[in-house]
Amino acid sequence: MAEERPPELSVIGQPLPKVDAAAKVTGQTLFADDLVLPRTAYARLLRSPHPHARIRSIDVSRAAAHPGVVATLVGSELPIPFGILPVSQDEHALALDKVRFVGDPVAAVAALDEETAEEALKLIRVDYDVLPPLMSIVEALRSDARIHDYGPRGNVHKEVSFDFGDVEAGFAEADHVREDTFFFEGNTHLPMEQHAALASRGPDGKLTLWSSTQTPHYVHRALAQVLEMAAAHIRVIACPNGGGFGGKSDPFSHEIVAAKLSMKTGRPVKITLNREEVFYCHRGRHPVSMWIKTGLKRDGTITAMHFRSALDGGAYGSYGVASLYYTGALQTVTYRIPRYKFEGVRVFTNKPPCGPKRGHGTPQPRYALECHIDKFCHDLGLDPAEWRLSNALAPGAVTANQMKVRTIGLRECLQRVVESSGFAAKRGRLGPGRGVGLAASAYISGAGLPIYWNAMPHSGVQIKVDRSGGVAVFCGSTDIGQGSDSVLAYVVAEELGIRPEDIRVVTADTDLTPVDLGSYSSRVTLMTGNAAIQAARRVREQIFAAAARKLEVPAERLRAASRRVFDTADPLRSLTFADAVVLAESELGTLGAVGSYKPPRSVAKWKGAGVGPTPTYSYSACVVELSADRETGIVRIDKVWIAHDVGKSINPLLVIGQVEGSVYMGLGEVLMEEQAFRKGRHKIPSMLEYKSPTTLEMPPVESILVETLDPEGPYGAKECGQGPLLPVIPAVANALFDALGIRIDEIPITPEKVLAALEGRLRGPRMPELTYPETVVVPPLEPAAPAAAPQGAPR
Amino acid sequence: MEKTRIALKVNGEEREVLAPVHHTLLEVLREELGLPGTKHGCELGECGTCTVLVDGRPILSCLTLPVECEGREITTVEGLAGTSLHPLQQAFAELGSAQCGYCIPGFLLSAAALLRERPHPTRPEIAEATAGNLCRCTGYLKILEAIELAAERMRHPDMEKISG
Repeated sequence: MAEERPPELSVIGQPLPKVDAAAKVTGQTLFADDLVLPRTAYARLLRSPHPHARIRSIDVSRAAAHPGVVATLVGSELPIPFGILPVSQDEHALALDKVRFVGDPVAAVAALDEETAEEALKLIRVDYDVLPPLMSIVEALRSDARIHDYGPRGNVHKEVSFDFGDVEAGFAEADHVREDTFFFEGNTHLPMEQHAALASRGPDGKLTLWSSTQTPHYVHRALAQVLEMAAAHIRVIACPNGGGFGGKSDPFSHEIVAAKLSMKTGRPVKITLNREEVFYCHRGRHPVSMWIKTGLKRDGTITAMHFRSALDGGAYGSYGVASLYYTGALQTVTYRIPRYKFEGVRVFTNKPPCGPKRGHGTPQPRYALECHIDKFCHDLGLDPAEWRLSNALAPGAVTANQMKVRTIGLRECLQRVVESSGFAAKRGRLGPGRGVGLAASAYISGAGLPIYWNAMPHSGVQIKVDRSGGVAVFCGSTDIGQGSDSVLAYVVAEELGIRPEDIRVVTADTDLTPVDLGSYSSRVTLMTGNAAIQAARRVREQIFAAAARKLEVPAERLRAASRRVFDTADPLRSLTFADAVVLAESELGTLGAVGSYKPPRSVAKWKGAGVGPTPTYSYSACVVELSADRETGIVRIDKVWIAHDVGKSINPLLVIGQVEGSVYMGLGEVLMEEQAFRKGRHKIPSMLEYKSPTTLEMPPVESILVETLDPEGPYGAKECGQGPLLPVIPAVANALFDALGIRIDEIPITPEKVLAALEGRLRGPRMPELTYPETVVVPPLEPAAPAAAPQGAPR
Repeated sequence: MEKTRIALKVNGEEREVLAPVHHTLLEVLREELGLPGTKHGCELGECGTCTVLVDGRPILSCLTLPVECEGREITTVEGLAGTSLHPLQQAFAELGSAQCGYCIPGFLLSAAALLRERPHPTRPEIAEATAGNLCRCTGYLKILEAIELAAERMRHPDMEKISG
């Protein structure tokens, strides 16, 4: 696409306000719970008080007879299972015969108001046969009781083992071999908006669901499956999300229940979760135990790396199979690792299900890897910044696990943060209790494959231009605050030479908009951006054809800018955009076009390589400066420098917003956020006790945007919403070592752990004892394998 | 459910509602008065999302009973803008301070109360005044910057024309 880049960009790259900024600052954005329809009934879910139990019977008769109740619902009325991944269809909208965590939905009541529904829940009698709760990987593997009746064995959900080259030979030729074990406790998204869904069966028998979901297309599919309705008779509208971070990416019980209750009662039914229930929906960061072993030459060259992960998956599959693969996929795309082995296991436990949170499965191993790097650099007397710079991959590299790297801004990111932070001068020299730490990372700009196998585009955009000069852009993408609606407007405005405010964006409505797979895996800017460019250029071609005849110049000489279409050789020869549209509509009939995008085919040739490939990787590097108090164990972050290879900044204001938000979320994870359980229950399902950073903890952040102009990205753009979280966590851990000389190989790094480490009583993490399956030896790619050509990208 | 008649002055308008006496100001604003700009994040007084002003002071509407507010001036985000945006809203929009936007009404009202008391707030004062408002998207920095920018413009009204 590079050769088609216009000589100058007038919208792309500008720090414009978002298209919905005014609505958001005036409180006029309507979130799912803000919607009200006539005759709406309100439903509540009865949730399991037991972490693990069999259901002997459920009696809803007293609830059904309660004044004001309009309907009740139990699991047997929705017997078809669902789940986000085709391989893990293990959830039911309401429990059928078993509950698997405290909070698992069991029954529902719809009433004239929410309080009546809540009262009626107390009248439901559930007879439970309580089973021993399995609250850790160790307990789950030791027990004969199975949480699910699928998976390779016991409570193992999924297990994998892959050899990419002979790692034992690599360790044999190494001068130094180091092993480390790490543990990353789980944490949750904590979106400010509690999930809500409003369902309405229309008089035609068709169903509409408004929901705070990041993935309306997948919710659409799940509803059709579970309700046994034609998908064409179901419309899912994703409302603007009040924060997602991955927590609204699964189809949820409350969405299906609201829909079923509306079908049952013929009236709109709304369910809004309370904060405690949001903790139970979870799908957050997996707790992961990790072991890493690396062989190195004396000069720091890696000869082999072996990585093991064990994921505590919680009660259901969710995205877990993908999460498991992600814990082993991206170690290789930053530095040269010639031989690599990955073994991983995901285990079911009786806790709220884990899933994708910002960085999906990669912040845990990235934390382990970047701390491990600092440790082996320390062993070998190497400078950690120098090591990272000299071992960074080159552009176009194909890794041991067959991931194809395109542009790579890793070295520049490292150089920029090291330079602007004064890292070299500060390291080891800041004085007692103060330190600096460095880490780098990579992330995908969208997954290479969709969640369910199909050959269709990942993103579609439709553009309608009418005789008023008005332009409407339709796309299934979902704005969760990241600004995806704005990106569509910027791209189309750029291509048609008009302003973003001239464009109406219609998104996230399965009836009106072409499919976009959803706001997950950092895919939206790249994929919708490319689809929008293609659609806009097709429309522009129609407009230019008519304008060329009118202006009597060849269409190739025309350009659109400043709401005009003009001859580049004689700019005074021009038409307004609106007049050009009228001409084109007069000549060609109604104007419009579609565009779509599908990622390039991966070069990888092994089963399981569906996770990891992407159109292009983003890169980040981070330096953290901190102060640690030896008396209290409290760590204060003084400043963060972060550089992110965003390819091309579509709007620097929004990119920096994503970078700062990622830094914030990373700091919360490394210092305080954790899911704690006691006696089978979530110990702290409230915002007061689940600690997250406030304005008082947030340090200054210096964000540096690095542009590598990736040929696969729209105008060269890569992702920026998730990647910048990744290096923050290990950079803090590495800075703490610089400050106090202690290593805490466990996240979060709480004051208690700092004190325990200072007093020499911190027990390091241990890998749970488990076995991995027989290794699949993946043969190397043929050296002459041709690089895959981009497919479907507009060019 | 037994309902009580409550007279409230919201955003300068005298309103009378019938609501169950135990319903919170948050519920009455959103449900009885049709003002959904005030959001909820926990309904337990933990997140600051539901902040509104009563007689110019920020309060958590999820912990306040409407009967306590009779005869007092209630301001919600809907009452902040006149025909044009309030300088705080203008600054939040310009600097990209609203990502998902869900916590923003609460921040705006906490900030409006601060600026009324302290037209020259320092960064630590702004952080302190908004420490009870949680945001998960922005990392707070763009919010704090926007409050500083708005404070500056409110002290020098001409500036808005120059940079706005």
